[in-house]
Parts: sequence; C-alpha cells; structure tokens
Amino acid sequence: MKEDFQVIGSRAPRKDAPDKATGSARFIDDLDMSGGLYGALLQSPLPHARILGMDTSRAERLRGVRAVLTARDLPPVKYGVSPARYDEHVLATEKVRYVGDEVAAVAAVDLETAMEAVSLIRVDYDPLPYLLDPFEAMAEGAPRIHEQAPGNICVEVHQEFGDVEAALESCDVIRTGCLKSKNQDGGFLEPHGSLAVCDLQGHLTLYSSTQVPHYVQRTVAMVTGLPMSRVHVIKPYVGGGFGPKAEATPLDLCASLLSMRTGRPVKMNYTREQVFLHGRARHRFFHEMSIGALTDGTLKALRHRCVLDGGAYASFGIATAYYAGSLLGGPYRLPTMKYDGYRVYTNKPACGAQRGHGGVHARALFEQQLDLLADDLGMDPVELRLRNVMNAGETTCNQLNMSSLGMRECIEAVAAKSGWKQKRGALPRGKGIGMACGFFVSGAGYPIYRSETPHSTVKLEVHEDGGGVTVYTGSAEIGQGSDTVVAMIAAEALGISYSDVLVRSGSTDYSLDLGAYSSRQTLMTGHAAKRAAEDAKRKILEAVADVLGVDPQGLDIRRGLLETDGTPLDFGASRMRYIQEHRGWTDHPTGDRLTFREAARLAFIRNGPVVGLGSYKPPPLGGEYKGAAVGTSPAFGCSAQVAEVTVDLETGQVVVESITGAHDCGRAINLTQVEAQMQGAMSMGLGEALFEEVLFDETGRVANPTLGEYRIPTILDMPKIECVVVESNEPNGPYGAKEVGEGAIMPTIPAILNAVKDAVGSAPDELPLHPQRVLAVIMRDGESSGS
Amino acid sequence: MREHEVTLHVNGVEHRLWVPANRTLIQVLREDLALTGAKHGCGVGDCGACTVLMDGRPVNSCLVLAVQANGREILTIEGLARGSRLTPLQDSFVEKGAIQCGFCTPGMILSAKALLDRVPNPAEPEVRNALAGNLCRCTGYQKIVEAVLDAAERTREEDL
Repeated sequence: MKEDFQVIGSRAPRKDAPDKATGSARFIDDLDMSGGLYGALLQSPLPHARILGMDTSRAERLRGVRAVLTARDLPPVKYGVSPARYDEHVLATEKVRYVGDEVAAVAAVDLETAMEAVSLIRVDYDPLPYLLDPFEAMAEGAPRIHEQAPGNICVEVHQEFGDVEAALESCDVIRTGCLKSKNQDGGFLEPHGSLAVCDLQGHLTLYSSTQVPHYVQRTVAMVTGLPMSRVHVIKPYVGGGFGPKAEATPLDLCASLLSMRTGRPVKMNYTREQVFLHGRARHRFFHEMSIGALTDGTLKALRHRCVLDGGAYASFGIATAYYAGSLLGGPYRLPTMKYDGYRVYTNKPACGAQRGHGGVHARALFEQQLDLLADDLGMDPVELRLRNVMNAGETTCNQLNMSSLGMRECIEAVAAKSGWKQKRGALPRGKGIGMACGFFVSGAGYPIYRSETPHSTVKLEVHEDGGGVTVYTGSAEIGQGSDTVVAMIAAEALGISYSDVLVRSGSTDYSLDLGAYSSRQTLMTGHAAKRAAEDAKRKILEAVADVLGVDPQGLDIRRGLLETDGTPLDFGASRMRYIQEHRGWTDHPTGDRLTFREAARLAFIRNGPVVGLGSYKPPPLGGEYKGAAVGTSPAFGCSAQVAEVTVDLETGQVVVESITGAHDCGRAINLTQVEAQMQGAMSMGLGEALFEEVLFDETGRVANPTLGEYRIPTILDMPKIECVVVESNEPNGPYGAKEVGEGAIMPTIPAILNAVKDAVGSAPDELPLHPQRVLAVIMRDGESSGS
Repeated sequence: MREHEVTLHVNGVEHRLWVPANRTLIQVLREDLALTGAKHGCGVGDCGACTVLMDGRPVNSCLVLAVQANGREILTIEGLARGSRLTPLQDSFVEKGAIQCGFCTPGMILSAKALLDRVPNPAEPEVRNALAGNLCRCTGYQKIVEAVLDAAERTREEDL
C-alpha cells in the first residue's frame, strides 16, 4: 500500500537541470581564476625505470615559470586510498612505475609556458624490466615493482564459508568456467581538473572535479601537512565520475602544493590522453569458477579464484579484490563459497573503482555459469534462478543480510515484459535472448579509513523569513541526481514543497559526507537529510507551540501548512505581526491555517536561527572473518535484466536489440531518476560488454587514449531499454529507499553474454565481445560440433 | 604566431578580435568571450561536448579555427534561453530527465536544435542520427531521444 507522500515518488525535475540546460552550470574548467597560474605535469615515458638524476634548471629559467616541483622539494609522504597500502608519492622519488607516472610539476603564467617548461626538464632514467601481464608479474623471479610487495602481490584474499570441497562432492552437476576482461576507462566526458587557492590566512581552498570531497580533503591535508580544518575542498558540477574520480588525483595534490609554493591560484587539467594514463577505472579480471548444484537445480557450492591486474599502485584495489569475492554471496542461496583473490601490481596505470565496484565481472561469469548449469540440468534459466533466489530477511553465507530483496519480482517482471517464454529456445541461429541478475550495496558499511565517524551529516537551515530552507551537505552531486534526492527527502520530512528547498552540496565546509561511491548517498545522505529536516521541524513546532500556548505533540506540518490534532489554533495575533513586518509585500499569508512561512518566522524571532542537524552511521554489520567489512551494507539493491542480441555469424558482430531491466531500489524517491540510473548503467554495461578495452603497446603505453578509439556507446549503439521499477520497502533506508546507481549495471554484461551464447550456441570467455572474439567462439563451436 | 582580425557573430552579438592562426573557436568562446557552455571534453572532435552551431549547422568548436569562423553566425547554448525562460527544447530536456551530469547537454541540445530547425517532425531514427556525434556516458540516451521528440511535439502544438 502506498503511503501518502507529497514529494517522494514523484517525477520532480532535477534541481540542477535548468542550469545545465542553459550552460550556466559551472564545472571545474569553467571557474574563473583571474591572476592564477597554470600547472602542468611531467610524466614518465617509461613503464619502469630508476631515476638517476634530474635537471630542472632550464625549466626554472624559462620566462613565466613560477615554480618547479620534484620529489626533492616535497616531504616523503606516502598516500593512497587504503591506509594499509599507502604506496604513492605525489612525484616519483626513486622509480617510475608506469607510462604516465608523475615526475615533476610546473606552475607558469599560462599553459603553453608550463608545458614548455615541462619539456625542458631532463630526467636521467635507468630502464628496468617491466611487467604488463599479471601472471608474469606473479611468476617466480619477476622484477619487483614495489619493494614491499614480494611476488608483486598487492593483496591476496582467502575466504571460505562452509566446506566447499565436500559440498562439491555431494553435487550432481558441476560447471567450471573462466572469464577474462580487459583494462577499462571510466569514459566520463569531463576530464579531471583542479584549482587550488592558497590564502594569506593559511587556508587552502581546492576546487576539484571529485566524487569524494571528504577523502580528497584528508589526502591533501596529509600530503601537504596542513591541518584538515585549513583545507577546504569544493566540488563544482562534475561531468561524470563512475568511480575513477573517487580518490585524490595528482592534479589535486600538485595544484595544492604549487599554490602553497607560489601564493597564487593554480589550475591544472588533464587532457583526454592523461585521463587514460591516470586510469583508476575498472580492473582487468581473470575469473575461474566452479559451481555445483543438485539435479533439481539447488545451488550447493561456489569455488572461485580471481587474479586482478591492478596496475602500478594499490588505489582502491584492496576493496576491489574483496568485493570480487563477497558480491557473489547473493542474491541466490549459496550455502558454501570459497574465494581466492590476488590483486597484482603491473607497470600500467593503476586500476581502481568503477560502477559495480569489483563485482561486475565476477557476476558476469557466475551468471553465465548459471545458464550453462541450466542447460546441463535441462532447466529454463529463469526457473533455475527462481529456484535459488533469496527472500527478504535472509543472510548470505558471508553474512550479508538482505533486509529487503525484490529479486523474485524483478525476475518475474523482466521475464514477462520481454516475452521470455515465447522467445527462449524459439529464436533462429544468430538471434539470442539471455537473462541475468545481480545485487549491490547501498553504501559501504564502513568508511575507507578505519573510523567511528558518521558517514553523512547534514545541516538544514530554515531561512529567517520562513520562505524555505537550505540543506548543507558535503555529499557529491556528480550527475546521479543526489541534490534532487536530498531536496525531495528534506521537503517530505519537513512538510514543505520541493521548490522551497535549496541544496548546497559538495563542499567540506558544509558537512561531513563520505561522498559519491558505493552507491551510498540516497540511503546515507538521505537519512541525514531526513533527520536534519525532522530536527528543524521539531524546533519550529516547539517554538510555535510555546508562542501559541498549545501542546507541540499535536502539531505537524504538511503541504506547507500547520496541522493540528483538532485543537483550534489561535494565531490571529501572530499573523497580524507577520503582516506588519512585511508592509509593502504583496504575498501576505491567508487562509485558516498557519503557514510554514509564519511558523518558521515565529521560531526565528523566538529562538534565533532554526538549524536542523542530522547524521547517519550504519549499525555494526557483517561477520568476524578477515575482510568481512567489504560487501557489508545497511541494504542491498537488486536487479534482473533480459538482453536480446543479433550476432552476424559471418563477421561475429554483436548488436544488442533490446534490454529489459527491473531494479528493486526500495521506495523510489524519484521515478524518473531511478529509470535514468538504470538506463545509464545498462549503457555502460553494454559498452563494456561489446567495445571497451584500453590497449597497451609493447612498451607499456596506452595505444588508444581517445574517445574515438576507446569506444563508449553512441546513441546509435543503444537499443530501446524497458525499465521496471520494483519498489520494496527497505527497513534500513530513508522512507524505504535504497540504491540504484551502481547495482543496475550488474546484470547487463552477463545478460548479453547469455544472449550471445543463445545465439551462437557457445559461451564466450573473453570480454569485450569484439567481432573477432565472437567469431572465434562461433568457429570453435563449429569445429567441436563437426568433430 | 601571426594574428588575424576576425569578426564573429556570436548569439547575435558582433565581436571583433585579433587571434593567432592556431586559436580554436572553443578557445575564443570559452576564454575570450567567457561563454563556457561549450565544454572541452577531448579536443579532437570525438565527444561533441563542444558542439556549437555555425550558420545553423553543428560543428565541433575544438576543430574549428577562429579564423574559419570569421563572418559566420555562431550560436552557443548561452544564446537559447531568454533570461530564465527556456526554449521548449531545453524545457523538454529538463522535464524528461534527459540531463544527468550535464557535461554533454549543451552540445546535445544544440545538435538537437539544428535537427529540429531542419526537420520539425523527426522520426526516432532521425533523432538518433542527428545526435550520433554527441557522446553521453550518463543517460544511455533514451531520455534524450524522448526529450527531443517531446520538444518537436510541443513546438508543433505551439504552432497550431
């Protein structure tokens, strides 16, 4: 049954859309920095080399150059994402570890001068043997990329839940398979940028195209040695993030250091090529799995091994390696699960987090193996999934609690809407239909650094004239619509209209919020916003009750008006005072109810500023085993998708003809935005399934660092997408809401893989599905069936 | 580098400037005229975020030299709305949820405008063809297509 919401569940237009539609929205490169300097980076041309010496004298002498920084100018602070693996220096100290590793930074009066200065720096390199392949990196005798990492292992994970070997022995059918992926790029349209402004009060303000102002603030403070309270990180509008913008960049750090050195604003941007060199996108995965089941289709065991090609630094990789295992715990009942993961250093750009962090390719192989298992059992893949799907309230073998889970509803919805029953098995060769499922966290259960900190805080200030409220939050609107969601939740909780809520977000000065990653802000920032709004409402109602001499318990605000439990409210005198205060105004309050405007004004006059505070921290979650934190969340979104493809049997070309998706996002705060996230996730999944591959030449350089050669989907690649929004009521979410942004990508790749298998009769084991790979699968199938 | 005098008609306003031969239209728009609506996404014509209309036709302003724009009519995203009054096309983008991060939006809207000016009643494939040079990583394009078709319908209704 629908509750009677005023704002939530609507299709309210986004708060930021008019600014973005008119070109007035300011992104990092649009900010004015009169009198500022431009920075540029010297990056390594070699994948692995010792730095024997450096001569910056010619660069320093160039007219217009204001500062040249190398490692010897900086304190030897190591930083990174996970405190357990801080392995990066802002500028290379003794070695460079990939083509693109930062060696020196220059600030000059204009970009051309800064780039010329960079070209004048001479570095004497002693080339070292380099590793582009993780298996070579793991081999005995391989050169070591980081001294502290023998075997070039950045992290290894070993987890077992139940006795997997015994369970596999008891199985009637076992399916074993593997899947290889390739290095990827986030493909966001806005290259990273930073603008640092150091002032004479000793404060540093850093504008950054980041997803995580708070973590950038911490890293900048740690690296510069400034107290956190003197580092202010402000995120302007950001042109997409998807994960790779979820950590402090060399631009953030170098611009800050150069501004501190010169006392001038310093602006730095990546070119598109540098975006590719910086990397930090999805890892390259090598998965192997064995899945065991009984003849009736009941899943019994999963044995899983994964090698992650991590690139030169740890970045998010520890979490990635854990997620690659833990996110297979659901959404099916799986009594036993064993996972061995190895995240390996190579001499390539570091890999990091990207939409569906760590779990996307694990999910792809698992769902593909489920389809093959269904074939073995003579079952329909939909039936196999429905037989094993978990229900709300169940806990996975790795102790993730599915407090709500509309998985069954999602499967049934996409099967019905896609015409699965009529199509599966009835399509001609070359046409295929495939389905897959997935689930994802609604925010990580723990912060990246070990801490008891709240995850989200919100300050909500009621305007002194009572005309509306401003929500102050450090959360990051990066295009996913979080400002809109926060405004809708605050409006609902306060009982006022959506248009009366202004959201100020993205600054560490506004509030503590961990930012936009792990699909967390709707649930976590949403909780904090709801609590802040409720706090403000309580303060207003108490003040009104006090002034009017009634019991606050009986009062409420709805639709911008005061409601009572029937007690008549004598507010004539206060309305008179309000009108007297606003002589000359033309919009005096009328009607037989006290308006929010008057109530808020009363509260301000009585008590001063009305500020509501809200904060959210997840309860303790997860098990006791090593790595139990990764994968935990207060709630899990889930989804199912059906893809239909046409495969050209002569060329191997795959065309996705349609995708039907259903996502359980808990209660939808904004239906349009839920669909928008689903559609965007599916397009990213389609690109990763079909096209996207960062290529390296034999010297370790990125061979295709452009959006022309690294192909993301164009409008012509995207089929019609059908979206079904499944609304469970999540007990741990604000108004029952949970995630959609990341989780919706989970089923896309395997749904396409399964459709291709349906079309050509054989299962691909390497992504992306370039025509030559698909053709090899078709020919392999032809050979095996012919022999 | 030699500088050339050029006259640009941008959003109906005439600008006379001296520009080096290698200065691109996007540099002039963003840096000299402070029209930052055209976005710098790739610099090589792959992404379409810098799309503006030159004599009514969409161009990647990163691939057009300022001297090539001499004497031409340039329309940027800033030239569409009148104050806070958006055009029907912009309204459709806002209301249909066609905007997420917004970085591709100015170019996307201008490419769509060029289509609708030419073909007021496009079929969906025409919309997709017209926007094929504008990349968007956020939306999957579906709501963009819906917005353009919706705008065409609104404009027809207004014309009735």
